[in-house]
Amino acid sequence: MDNILRAVEKEHLQERGEFSSGDIVRIHERISEGAKERIQVFEGIVLKRSGPGTREMVTVRKISSGIGVEKTYPVHSPKIEKIELVKKYHIRQAKPYYLRRLRRIR
Amino acid sequence: MGLAILARKIGMTQLFPDGSAVGTTVIETQPCTVVQIKTVETDGYNAIQLAYGEVPDRKVTRPLRGHYQKAGVASHRHLFEARIDDPSAYKLGDQVGLEIFAEGEKVDVVGTSRGLGFQGVVKRWDFAGGPASHGSHFHRRPGSVGNCVNPGRVVKGKKLPGQTGNRRITVKGLKVLRVDPGRNLIVLKGSTPGARGTILQLRKSNG
Repeated sequence: MDNILRAVEKEHLQERGEFSSGDIVRIHERISEGAKERIQVFEGIVLKRSGPGTREMVTVRKISSGIGVEKTYPVHSPKIEKIELVKKYHIRQAKPYYLRRLRRIR
Repeated sequence: MGLAILARKIGMTQLFPDGSAVGTTVIETQPCTVVQIKTVETDGYNAIQLAYGEVPDRKVTRPLRGHYQKAGVASHRHLFEARIDDPSAYKLGDQVGLEIFAEGEKVDVVGTSRGLGFQGVVKRWDFAGGPASHGSHFHRRPGSVGNCVNPGRVVKGKKLPGQTGNRRITVKGLKVLRVDPGRNLIVLKGSTPGARGTILQLRKSNG
């Protein structure tokens, strides 16, 4: 039964390159305002990836004018144009929440 | 009523039919076989009786085996009726599958909800319950259930503890997101009654 569910989900997965916690990524989000559509880019460090299959979410953190900002996106949403890997970092945690308490980062 | 088939609930997942994330139910069907045709002349109403889930003959009782043999079809686990206006369009042994549904259409889903057993009034009827502490002894009780001498009884239909779930539920107007005849799958927007593996009746919605 679960195999069938997985197979259905698989058809809805988007092609996303490999990236994991600690990496710096650029997320291109399609935003439609009325008839117009534009792309908003959010660049930051991946705090976590959570959830299986089509439900997978990714949380990205960046410092915007001195204030920490975190955004959570559905990884496989068609409204995400692409996820660009900017820089790969090796970190020891799967969920580097300690970054929230660090004073100096980037 | 309307043409219907039986199917098995596979489970729920989140898909993106038109950009936004939507909760969906994936359902697996098998074609149902026509076992009996009921008409106004013979039975007083128009319907076709359909069977779902082929099983070996030894799995069904002898009277039922005779019923299937009379129609010239293999034994099945489930039998049900679909009330339709023109049963003469079908003959015994015909197959009815998920091709009766089109993407974008609405369907009604009939099934048995998950059985939760004998439950109190808080879970069963969403009563608020009492305070947990501060000397309260009134935690999850139903409270007063009636008046005094007049009417001198508890009104019928009073919300009290009892068996919760495991009853027939009809969900109307679920949208068909996808029909996959190759794998006999149908994907609906929203949730359907019952746990995974429940047998559901999918009926053409007239609403």
